[in-house]
Amino acid sequence: MFFRRFSLIIYALLILIPLLIVVLTSLKTIQETFRNPLGWPESGFQFENYSSIFQEQTMAGYFLNSVIVTLFSVSLTLFFASLIGYGITRLNNWIGNLIFILFTLGMMVPAQVSMVPLYSLMLDLNLTNSLLGLILVNIATTLPIAVFILTGFMKTLPKELFEASTIDGAGNWKIYTKVAIPLSLPSLSATAIFLFVMHWNDLLYPLLFITDNAYKTLPLALLEFQGEYSTNYPMLFTGVIIASAPMVIAYVFLQRYFVAGMTAGAIK
Amino acid sequence: MKTSKSIYLFFLPGLFLYAIFFVYPTISALFYSFTDWDGLSSSFQFVGVENYERAFTGDTVFRKTIGNNLKFMLVVVVFQTLVALAFALIVLKNTKTTIFLRALYFFPTILSSVSVAFIWSFIYDPSLGILNQLLELIGLEFLAQNWLGNANIAIYSLAVTQIWFHAGQMLIIFVAGLQAIPEELYEVAKIEGASKWQTFRNVTWPLLAPSATIVVAYTTIQSFKAFDLVFAMTGGGPNNSTEIVATYIFDIAFRSYQFGYASAISVIFMVIIAIITYLQFKVLRSNRISY
Repeated sequence: MFFRRFSLIIYALLILIPLLIVVLTSLKTIQETFRNPLGWPESGFQFENYSSIFQEQTMAGYFLNSVIVTLFSVSLTLFFASLIGYGITRLNNWIGNLIFILFTLGMMVPAQVSMVPLYSLMLDLNLTNSLLGLILVNIATTLPIAVFILTGFMKTLPKELFEASTIDGAGNWKIYTKVAIPLSLPSLSATAIFLFVMHWNDLLYPLLFITDNAYKTLPLALLEFQGEYSTNYPMLFTGVIIASAPMVIAYVFLQRYFVAGMTAGAIK
Repeated sequence: MKTSKSIYLFFLPGLFLYAIFFVYPTISALFYSFTDWDGLSSSFQFVGVENYERAFTGDTVFRKTIGNNLKFMLVVVVFQTLVALAFALIVLKNTKTTIFLRALYFFPTILSSVSVAFIWSFIYDPSLGILNQLLELIGLEFLAQNWLGNANIAIYSLAVTQIWFHAGQMLIIFVAGLQAIPEELYEVAKIEGASKWQTFRNVTWPLLAPSATIVVAYTTIQSFKAFDLVFAMTGGGPNNSTEIVATYIFDIAFRSYQFGYASAISVIFMVIIAIITYLQFKVLRSNRISY
């Protein structure tokens, strides 16, 4: 019993202490960080890092870019994937199966495989340094997992519901919006959170396609702070806090959904 | 019952984007892998299997990256799975405390790789970092290290970071799997007078096997793809000791502009991942137990 409790506390501290250090360091000056890297801020909390990161960086811009890219990527992926899930469920024949397999195969291909040709494609289409380009690539690369989860869920819905609506004369669009979508809300919300975490934190595609500051998202901007501020950890951690804030706030309020969403992709 | 033909329209937007931005580039990777394209000029030559030959025989760095990837994967899969399982067993029952702890352990999963990279770079920092200071405090200063700068150790330092990052997620998968085991089975075991170990061995373990396989499969793939973390923490250094296949592809494509060769490596990478995934799905199938 003692040993169990002891290990639980140790693990909890292993998570909490690094997070506490991040918060405290962001409230120190760089001089103090070097003198007193791990202790409580001696001269009180300094909020200068927060004001100067907004002055030196186009932080609000990065933030807005992240919001735009994430919002459109998540909602459009969900929309298109649920259309496909509904289609596969209703078709229920070899064409549906083929489409399902085509998407599931995509889950096995790591992003690094296609990044080289994708880069030249984006150049040709004039989609580098563009938020639209990021959104399109995000949708294409997360469709496989979203189709996989949503199709799996929609196939468990009772067929009779769809058939009854068809007899009542409802078209596919109407059945999709009035029957399939409302019934799939649990699965949709789990997938939404999974996608939200993925797109908000994505580094690879911004790294490949964005060089112009005006289109950088938070993870890429953060990575480049490393070059700029080097070992100025107060600045780096201030960036970390600003970039993680929306995710952390969402997690506090929607914790149950996060856990469901982040495991849905793995369990299904 | 037949649905109307309009159902095919439902596939259009998704299939269209998927075909252009995913299927086409993936297939062209195969095509470019037989060329000497540099990614910039408009012309290139077909070189047959030269790129593949080079990857398998001439490129010592590539061999090293495969080794690094396997090392990283092995450490993460073994330790992350053990940690996740051990703690899942402790926080299995739903009480206020365990629900809070599960949420806390899960927390790092929602952070971005770049954030985690910064946090752990600070922890590992030879002079500022908490790790060396802690070792000094408990009288083990001879163990103090440049954790990311020492070529013999850096890959394991990254593996520890990866475990901190994702163990909580795997823990939750185990909890879900364990909670699905019917309570009656434990009661039967109790009535039959089974010891704790016997109960674990004969009830928990066989019924846990499916979620264990999922965790192992997921962790393997996740650790094979750990691009962001490595890229942000060490960039593959020192001396290629943390270069993994994913960062290596990035380097040869976008730093030395050998798109053809990078494509060949990425095709090999895809095949390796496909084989691993296939094997794990096979094991997963054979492990499935119904009750």
